Formats: sequence, C-alpha cells, structure tokens
Amino acid sequence: MSASNPRTAEHAENAEHAENAAPTIVLVGHGMVGQRFLEALAERKVTETARVVVFCEEPRPAYDRVQLTSYFSGRTPDELSLVEEGFIARHGIELRLGDPAQVIDRDARTVTSQSGLTVTYDALVLATGSYPFVPPVPGKDSDGCFVYRTVEDLLAIEEYATNRSSGVVVGGGLLGLEAAGALKGLGLTTHIVEFNPRLMAIQVDEGGGAALRRTVEDMGLIVHTGVGGKEITADGDGAVTAMTLSDGSSIDTDLVIFSAGVRPRDQLARDCGLDVGERGGIAVDETCRTSDPAVYAIGECALAADGRVYGLVAPGYEMAQVAAEAIADNTATSGFRGADTSTKLKLLGVDVASFGDAHGTADGCLDVVYSDSRTGVYKKLVVGADGALLGGVLVGDAEAYGMLRPLTGSVPPVSPEQLVLPAGLGAPAALGPSALPDEAVICNCHNVTKGAIRSAVTDHHCTSVPEVKKCTKAGTGCGSCVKALTSLVNDELEAGGVSVDKGLCGCFAYTRAELYEIVRTLRITTYAQLLDSHGRAEAREGDGCEVCKPAVASIIASLAPTLGASGYVLDGEQAALQDTNDHFLANLQRNGSYSIVPRIPGGEITPEKLIVIGEVARDFGLYTKITGGQRIDLFGARVDQLPLIWTRLVDAGFESGHAYGKALRTVKSCVGQTWCRYGVQDSVRMAIDLELRYRGLRSPHKLKSAVSGCARECAEARGKDFGVIATSNGWNLYVGGNGGADPRHADLLAQDLDDKELIRLIDRFLMFYIRTADRLERTSAWLERIEGGLDHVREVVVEDSLGLGAELEAMMADHVTGYRDEWAETLGDPERLRRFVSFVNAPGAPDPTVKFVPERDQVKPDLTILSGPTLPVRTLEGTASR
Amino acid sequence: MTMAPMTPMAAERTAVRVELLVDQRWFTVCELTDLTPGRGVAALLPDGAQVAVFPDRSGRVYAIANRDPFTGAYVLSRGLLGSAGGRPFVASPLLKQRFDLETGRCLDDEGVVVQAYATRTRAGSDEVSAQVA
Repeated sequence: MSASNPRTAEHAENAEHAENAAPTIVLVGHGMVGQRFLEALAERKVTETARVVVFCEEPRPAYDRVQLTSYFSGRTPDELSLVEEGFIARHGIELRLGDPAQVIDRDARTVTSQSGLTVTYDALVLATGSYPFVPPVPGKDSDGCFVYRTVEDLLAIEEYATNRSSGVVVGGGLLGLEAAGALKGLGLTTHIVEFNPRLMAIQVDEGGGAALRRTVEDMGLIVHTGVGGKEITADGDGAVTAMTLSDGSSIDTDLVIFSAGVRPRDQLARDCGLDVGERGGIAVDETCRTSDPAVYAIGECALAADGRVYGLVAPGYEMAQVAAEAIADNTATSGFRGADTSTKLKLLGVDVASFGDAHGTADGCLDVVYSDSRTGVYKKLVVGADGALLGGVLVGDAEAYGMLRPLTGSVPPVSPEQLVLPAGLGAPAALGPSALPDEAVICNCHNVTKGAIRSAVTDHHCTSVPEVKKCTKAGTGCGSCVKALTSLVNDELEAGGVSVDKGLCGCFAYTRAELYEIVRTLRITTYAQLLDSHGRAEAREGDGCEVCKPAVASIIASLAPTLGASGYVLDGEQAALQDTNDHFLANLQRNGSYSIVPRIPGGEITPEKLIVIGEVARDFGLYTKITGGQRIDLFGARVDQLPLIWTRLVDAGFESGHAYGKALRTVKSCVGQTWCRYGVQDSVRMAIDLELRYRGLRSPHKLKSAVSGCARECAEARGKDFGVIATSNGWNLYVGGNGGADPRHADLLAQDLDDKELIRLIDRFLMFYIRTADRLERTSAWLERIEGGLDHVREVVVEDSLGLGAELEAMMADHVTGYRDEWAETLGDPERLRRFVSFVNAPGAPDPTVKFVPERDQVKPDLTILSGPTLPVRTLEGTASR
Repeated sequence: MTMAPMTPMAAERTAVRVELLVDQRWFTVCELTDLTPGRGVAALLPDGAQVAVFPDRSGRVYAIANRDPFTGAYVLSRGLLGSAGGRPFVASPLLKQRFDLETGRCLDDEGVVVQAYATRTRAGSDEVSAQVA
C-alpha cells in the first residue's frame, strides 16, 4: 500500500480496467432480493474471484421489508437488517448506499450512478423492486400524503402523525391493512378506503373478506369498501384536511397513506431499451436473463417467463438463486418457471392465509366452507371434481395452513369437511405432517421439502430442531412452519431409534416441568416424598443429588402458597435442599465469605439509606461495588457476621435482597417522566411496584426485569426476562430478553397496556414460565424452545387460549400475599440463627481462613491462605478401606 | 370426665454424640441434634484442622476435610449431599465437583482425594452407629 499515491475511486476504476482485472458483477438495488442474490454469489464463492459492486438508493443496507410494520412495535431499523454483520466486508463487496444507479449503457456495458461513478460490468443484475402506485387523485401531493414502502416512509409518517388525530389509508390489501394497523397504533382514528367490494380482494373471497372486515371493525378501524378516493382537500398551508370519496361522502383527515398496490420499477430498463411487459416489468427468461444476455432482472421488477410479476419475497428469493447460479456456472441447472403465491400472514393480529386456486377458477370445482361470524373464523377449501384439494382461504384461524398447502394438488387422506371443521366438532385429530408426501414443501420461504428435512436427520445426523434449521434453513424465514418442522424432526428421530433421556438428573426421569405438574396435582410438599414416589428406581430412598434438590426445592417453594406448605426456604427439610446461597441467604464468594446486596427496589434510594449502607460496609470492613442491577454489593462477610449485618439493614428499613438464587433479582428503571424531559410514564414507580410484587418468587432460573420511561429505552428493558417500555398510551411488555453470553432482545408480547393489564399479563407470563420451563432455562431459551414459540405464549398469556389465566393469576396472588422477608424472619428465630456459625463446635470462633488484604483503599480476599499446602493428595491405595 | 393416667415423662433423654476418629482417638464434634439431615456443618479439630460433617437422611454421619482442593476455600461443609449408586457424596458449592463421603475421593477428577474420617454416634457409652473411613 503506497501512501504517496492517493487515488480517487474514479482513478482506481480506470486503472483496474486498464489491467483487465477480475470480472465485475454489478447489482442495482440492495433490497431483500438483492441481498439474497449476494448471499447466493458468496455461497458459490463467486465473490472470491469477481468484483461485486452494489448501487443502493436507500441510505441503509437491505432490511426485512416484509416486517416493516414491526418498526411500530419497537423493532429498530437496525434490528430489521438482513445483512449479517461483516458480510459485506468479508466478501469484499463494494456497497454504495444512497447512490442509486442512473444510466445503463449496454453498448459500453457501463452503469453510472448518481454520484457520477461509472462501473463497467460483465454481468448486470437489476433488483430494483417496485414502487407504490399512487392513484391520480387531485391533491395527492399535499403535505400529509405518504406511501408505505421504506423505513424512511415510516419515520416520516411517525413524525407527521404526532399530535394529529385521524388518518386514511387508501387500499385495503395486505400492505394497506398493515399501514392501517400502524396508524391505529400511533393513536389515530383510522379509515380504510378500498376500491374493491372487500378487503384483501386478491387473497380472499367474499366470505373471507366479510369475516376479515368484521374483525377489523371490531378493532375500531373504519372500513369503506367499493369506493375510491376522489379528491384530497388541503388547507392554506397545503396540509391535508379531508378526503372526498367517489360516492360523494367526505372524511376529515390529517393524513393519507397510499397503499393501493405496487408497480415494477423498470424505468432504468426502459431507458436502456430492454424489453418490458405491456403492463410493466422487465421481461426475463427462465434463467432471469433479460433481452440482453449480460443483464438479469430479479424480484418484483421482473416479468417472469410465465408472464407474471411476483410481489412476494419467496419467488424473488428463488429468482436470486437462479440468477446467481446462471452467473456462477454460466449454465443454469434450475430455472424460474413460476411460483406458488400462497401466503399466510398475521394482519392486525388476524391470521389470513390463501393458497392454490383460492378463488375456485378451475372447471367443475366445488367449495367446502366453514364460517363462524361470532369468532371471525372463515375457512374455504376448493376441491376438484376428482376430490383433489385445489386451494383455499383461511381467515381468523390459519392453523391448518401448514398442512393444507403441501396437500394441494393431491386427494387428501381425509374428507375436506374434516379439514375445515375446528377440533372437537367431529373432526379427527389434526392431520399431522407425517401424512404428507416427501415432495411436500414444508418451509415455503426457503423451499425446503419434507424429504430434505428427513434427510437432514437420517443422512446428515442432525439430532435436534436447531441443527435441522441450520442444515436446511427450514424454519428460519417467517417461522410459520416450525411447528410442523419440530414434529417431523421428532418423528424421524424416534423412527431412527434415537431416544433422548430428558430426565432432570440421575435421580429423576422426569423433566422439571413434569415434576412441577406432579408436585402440583399430587400436592407433594417434601423432596423425600417426591424422590421415593417418582424418582428413578435406583434413586428412591437415597439422598438425591445437587441437581434435583435445589430444583425440587424451588418447585415446592413456588407452589408453597398454593399447596399450603411453608414458603420459608430454611424450614424443615427445605433447609437441606438449598444451594449454599439460599441456605445462608447471601452470595458465596471464592474465599468462602459471602456478599450481601440490600434490596433497592427500582434503584431508588434515600440519602439516609445510602449512608446506612456506607456505615455498615465501613463497620464490617466490607468491599463495596455498584452492581449492574442498580444495587450496592457488600463483599467479605463471614457466615457468623451475616445476621449482625442484616440486623443493621433491617433496622434501617432494608431487606437484604435476592442477588442469588433462582428468583427475581432486580427491576431496573430509568428516572422516567418525573424528571426526564423525554419520559412519558413514571417508570420508577412501576419498577418499584414490580420488584415488590415479584420479589422472592422462586423460578427455574433467575429473573431480571427493567422499566423504561420512554422509547429511548435507557433501562435496557429489552435485555431482560420481562421488560416494560412506556408509551404515550401506557406500557409495552417485552419478554424473553437476555444479556450475558447469549444475548437476545425481548419480543413484544402486548402493547399499550394500562397498569392493571400490564401486571395481569406479567403475572400470567411468569407463572406460565415457572410451570413449563426446564431447570436452569432462562425465559429466552424457553421462548425459543417451547412449541409454538412466542405466538403460543401470547395465546396462553394474552388471549388465555388454555383457560389458565385465572389460575395463574391466583397463584401469583398467593405468592404476593404469602411473601415474607426471609432475612427478618431468620433474625426473629433463635433456632434458625444457630446455623450462622463458622464451626458447630466453636460457635464464637471466626473462620481463620477468611482473611483480607488491602487493595485500592478497600479489601480483597487473601488467597495466599487458601493456596497454602498443596492438595492433600493421598494415593488411593493408601486410603483406609473398609 | 375421666382421664387415662399420664405416663411419666421419660428421664431426660441421653444426648447422641457425633464422634470422629482423629489420630486413633474418638473426638466429639457435636450432638446429632445439631445436625440437619442432608446438610453439612464445619467443625474444628484440636489441631486447628477443619472438617465437614454430614448426616444423611437415614441418620448416618460422614466426615471429610472441609477444604475444597480445587479452590483452596474451606467450604465443602456447605455443599449439597447426595447419593449415587448407593454411595454418599457432597458437591462442592463453588465449582460443583463431587467427593465420595466414605473415601474422600473426587468423583470428577480421579487423582484428587481429600481426607476422610471414620465416624460414630454414641448415646452415653452405647454406640449408635459407626462409619469407617
């Protein structure tokens, strides 16, 4: 590298071409399909030899446009990114953000960008996507008129909607409903104007549209169908004030979003004379080549060989693969001949799916319909004259989609009416994925067949769902197939004779969740009783082990209020089951001393209490450190000092806190609305309420929480097991977050809750987790593992699908009323205090091995005492034997 | 109302002592009632050495050195007691290695052994039970 020869990009460009270096591939457009194309190039190692230049109009790399609306439920633009960190740099790709391609010169084989960069290509790939269609309504360019396509559009809508009260969405299709949901979420009175006689006219039929409309209206949205926008009125400043409809009526509105469909973005291709379709779209053949063999077009901008423009991401991905293959090998082995446009979506919380010949256009086909307007469920199957399933529409309950879509084209093994009737209405047990043929596509996003999944287990020796996901990519797209995937993998593993012992430990063949159910239903209150009745044969009447003892102690402790057993963790047999931290109610440190972490709910503390902590630390010579959970940790206490320290703390109004144990640790908070100029709720009060409510709750693993007073999220609530973020309407509840070695952002469970609803949902969530999680399984891992994932948890917790809500709430209520300060109780009982001695035969004597030396004006453990004589190793032969 | 004659309270029950064999001599560390089945205690020996003493659920008592050889900390008495294959063990509270309570042998690292002590429990001069180390 020569520093004396600085060259501009343009100069470098010319130099490289003079040298006639590596072949150059130019990609125009870095959207979802463009990124997939780059990945496909990298997989084929094309990036190692070719230069790859990408022109991208948007200021950010490819992101998940399908999930765009999740921005409004708290996902940041960064989280929507589809580009794995380091991907661009690792493959030496030149990504030019905010620099769209402007001119293509096919004779010279060059592309020139807005910034003036000209690149000569060997292969050019157009992935320019589509643009929103804005109907020619007078006034459509007024302030307050938007489209719904990019992150930038959303940011602009969000800003404009602040302090405004109503909005109109033009278009009642898929994107229109998403946009309407977003406006409603922003607190606007929201109207949907759809020209067709029903919502989602492309995907659903009349009956489905009616069911959908009822549900959407129940949510408070106002639906106008069969009408179009005629004119938009603006005020003197040019800002939208109203919209007149084609039937003459008028809606007062501050904001209009056009979401009336998209058009292929083919202008670049038109300008350089490539063939385009009559109704738009860059014409391509089965290998995605345009009328110029050096130029390809993929995704929504392409008019595929079957004469259709595909507006879905899965066909776009397929085209990206085909084009990459054609460029890499110059002989495409596969081709794009058209794609399945089946879709399953959750719009405004409603499941909507359509697949195959959803509108029944085939000759002689018949419908089988199930409709229940009370619950907003509508299901229609289209069946051919020969009994084959041709397609269908599902609204309100699309559970069967994963099974029905792969069956399309074949005669189902059970009658069609059994396929649409809800379980329990004479329908047989749901048709499992085992009934599907090997060719059936299970993962539509990645086009993975049942056969490929089976082969991942049998040929590639995957032994778990995560391994199969990694091996086949199945289930890593929209995730709707994970349930079917899990069932297939388990079936295959079982068939292969692989049996995994899911038992808790050598003493119990049951999982923690199973033991929880056993303890709960049989009302077992002691460990010995459980071990002798439900332990493995060889473990019964024994002493158990260090794995199951604390786990069972925790189960009994969390159920104690319900079972009427003592919740005090040091009572009776419970005393012998606890890890040392729970036994001594403090944290064991490496030299055998303990640390004490007084509870400071929400991190709020008075000066007087701060002084007490300082005095206690000084008087007992303790090392002090601020923790990550907004508390103060006091290190270096001997066992016999613990009660003395607690006494001082209890007298000052503290309780010592759970900084150990599988229980709630802290609820962090930011300072919130009271002081912060951005805050919209009192996050400190909520954090204190939550910490006091859930303190002492024994769970499968530790629980952490935080409350942020606004969307800036200073309390880092999304890194917690349950996190709460204030909105102007209440609280958003996030679950399953984690920091540490395996970080995970929490998922949104419910939004805009009032205090009461928030607490009710957290009560249910925690109790459901405690009931069903494995030992030492954090909520993040639990959420990933549990069948149905977040959706299932939401159904149980928010929608109460199992009817458990009241029971879970009652159990939490028992916990809250049964809570006692374990430290104060210990201090009040001389019998319990007897345990806090260093030596049973010298109660007053301190342990001489717990010593400290100075460091940075405080103390640290003196480890030289412990390193002492080396291991007292005796040879086994020398051991006295019986 | 008639009452059955009360049985006179048995004479003050004789305390059951827990004894360890130290240098060929039985040394009393505590009374059995000082112990909680399944939970250890630490005791000081006459030479200042520390032992960890554990009663199992049937009342048998075991004793091994209190020092955890993996960390040097004197904490084995605070580990959890268990049994595997009929043999009692304690799991260190720090890094969870298991030690056989009859032999002192570490079950997770073959070369490591801590001192094990023979124990017995006695009421008056009667032996109640004995564990040989």
